Amino acid sequence: MYRYDSYDQKLVDERVAQFRDQTRRFLAGQIPEDEFRALRLRNGLYIQRFAPMLRISIPYGLLSSKQMRMLAHIARKYDKGYGHFTTRQNIQFNWPKLPEVPDILADLASVQMHAIQTSGNCIRNITSDHLAGVAKDELIDPRPYCEITRQWATFHPEFNWLPRKFKIAFSSTTTDRAATRVHDIGVHIVRNDAGELGYSIYVGGGLGRMPMIAPLIREFLPELDLLSYLEAVLRVYNRLGRRDNIHRARVKILVKEVGPAKFTEMVEAEWAKIRDGALRLQPQDLDLMRGHFTEFHYDPAAGNDTSYHQRQQSDSAFAAWSKRNLKPHRQPGYSAAFVSLKAPGIAPGDVTAEQMDALAELADLYSFGELRATHDQNLVFADVRQQDLYPLWLRLRELGLATPNIGLLTDLICCPGLDFCSLANAGSIGVAQDIFDRFEDLDYQHDIGEIKIKMSGCMNGCGHHTVGHIGILGVDKKGEEWYQVTLGGSAENDASLGDRTGPSIARADIAEAVERIVGVYLDQRSSSDESFLQTYRRIGMQPFKERIYASDSAGVTA
Amino acid sequence: MSALIRNGRIEADDFAVLADDQTFPEGRKVIISLARWQAEAVLHQAKNLIVGVHLPNTVSVDELWPILQSAPLVLLEFPAFGDGRAYSQARTLRDRYGYSGEIRAFGGAVVRDQLQAMQRCGIDAFVLRQDQDPQRCLDAFKDFSIAYQRAADRMPLVASLRRRTR
Ligand code: SF4
Repeated sequence: MYRYDSYDQKLVDERVAQFRDQTRRFLAGQIPEDEFRALRLRNGLYIQRFAPMLRISIPYGLLSSKQMRMLAHIARKYDKGYGHFTTRQNIQFNWPKLPEVPDILADLASVQMHAIQTSGNCIRNITSDHLAGVAKDELIDPRPYCEITRQWATFHPEFNWLPRKFKIAFSSTTTDRAATRVHDIGVHIVRNDAGELGYSIYVGGGLGRMPMIAPLIREFLPELDLLSYLEAVLRVYNRLGRRDNIHRARVKILVKEVGPAKFTEMVEAEWAKIRDGALRLQPQDLDLMRGHFTEFHYDPAAGNDTSYHQRQQSDSAFAAWSKRNLKPHRQPGYSAAFVSLKAPGIAPGDVTAEQMDALAELADLYSFGELRATHDQNLVFADVRQQDLYPLWLRLRELGLATPNIGLLTDLICCPGLDFCSLANAGSIGVAQDIFDRFEDLDYQHDIGEIKIKMSGCMNGCGHHTVGHIGILGVDKKGEEWYQVTLGGSAENDASLGDRTGPSIARADIAEAVERIVGVYLDQRSSSDESFLQTYRRIGMQPFKERIYASDSAGVTA
Repeated sequence: MSALIRNGRIEADDFAVLADDQTFPEGRKVIISLARWQAEAVLHQAKNLIVGVHLPNTVSVDELWPILQSAPLVLLEFPAFGDGRAYSQARTLRDRYGYSGEIRAFGGAVVRDQLQAMQRCGIDAFVLRQDQDPQRCLDAFKDFSIAYQRAADRMPLVASLRRRTR
């Protein structure tokens, strides 16, 4: 993984000192409240419903065991003993105290971590495929490009006061696991017909109110031109993005208002002026960066192991976990093993300090000391030898982290909702629990197969509800919690936005509604190979609508 | 009176901002609006005055460069803490066109915590917001000592430092 050199370290240390001084000046009454707000946001610090919330950056989701131990330490020392992994591969702590935040940032800096630009109207954490470097369907490891972009974006003096937040995601695979097309910029690393590496650039995606799938604005950008092109996009946006209405300030609105063709023209005109300048990458810079992401020394004999198959025969629970929570690895005899953070009775994405320490230890034992945060609020050990899977599973099970539900219905994602977030209309964690209770039976879940439920407590869409196969959005109806349901969304290569089923549904009925939706799918699918999304796309909304709002029986109250 | 920091020092402000209906005073340095700059170019050039121009943060430097290049001073506006449009104007002036006159920032966001980024974008004079302590603002230029990205200043660049140590 990327390791800081003395320059990276110096910058992060200088940032800690800067924020310490800003906090001191704020507490001494020398910085107005609203200005300090903007400054603290750029250091990850929100003020939430009950307490501040600190969002810590995990660039493209990659964590070392040492960093994980530090997160455990922070959870214990400054928080209530747990942290919450987000849908953007970051981690949040919900109870830090403002005067202590500079100390937390200093602790983070000691393990090459920070909370820089994790909120505020600036360029946010760069995200990518959580299986980068090991996925079978990958063209090239995207992480060197992500890191180059991260460094360019960090403290960029021109783009710290954008109209709105700005998110960039990279993908290098045929299955987009990074939801790139719902980002402000989605970068697909590709090869052109001549075999040269480069990028397809998508601009103007986003969730929240007015969700949009980003249009392609450049089919092929040569490899060395990445930063100049990003800078051109950002400059056009900084100059022309709307600042009169916060809900119309994302770049997606600019792209929509001027039209993708005109927007592209403006970016290209700007780019023409800077493409041969200082931002052009040097091949040796790329080589240097690639050197940080070389392959591990894999055990060439890993594939000879037979114990794994024996264990699967003798232990059906292990077999179920293997079937669900393992993904293929390019190296024979290795797997990527997912740690489910979706257990009954726990808010999706939550991990305790004890679990963090234990996970760090498992990373050291079985996965080259690294682990990764996924976009679905889970973790993954990306490089586990086959023979180590059984002991890994045994330990994960003890820790309550081995629910065999990756990709299944209860592997749902949800935002903090009413329990933590001051913007929420409705709870989401409680609804997740209702769904858990109703679909407890894992065999039933396996029969349903891959399905993504995504839930947000308000229009801001932190839970990505608009791209859920089933999306659930909390709305406020005369002070009560109600939910709007959408079907058919997707954040992958076939990205689409979900369609609304109809009137919103009461809290008490939402799990029932989900069950009915699933029931229609099970009745109508052409075979068990046809996924929920495929079935929906084939048969459309009507059958679902009829069943959800059927006035017979218990009936969902709309 | 707001304090002025120029080239890293606290200095007396030698320019006066002239309203559109005020006449050009003899022997003074003034800053006029862009509209007046465009309308009365002949007038202020002929009089041998030193006249700077105030650029709204909504206009395009690329389009205006032909008429801006002769100005000894360009005044950029940073009206609110979160409005960063003029950062791009500053960089375009300095980086793209190599503008060598004074780029001056004024407005509600010209405060301690934005000065170093403004400097990085090529701004060399700062009309501090009234409540700012000019002496303390000078510390701002020391917040960061190196930078990842090349901009319009002379901050040592991480990429160059790395190439040197390799
Ligand atoms: S979606 Fe709304 S309720 Fe949920 S975390 Fe985001 S802002 Fe808060």
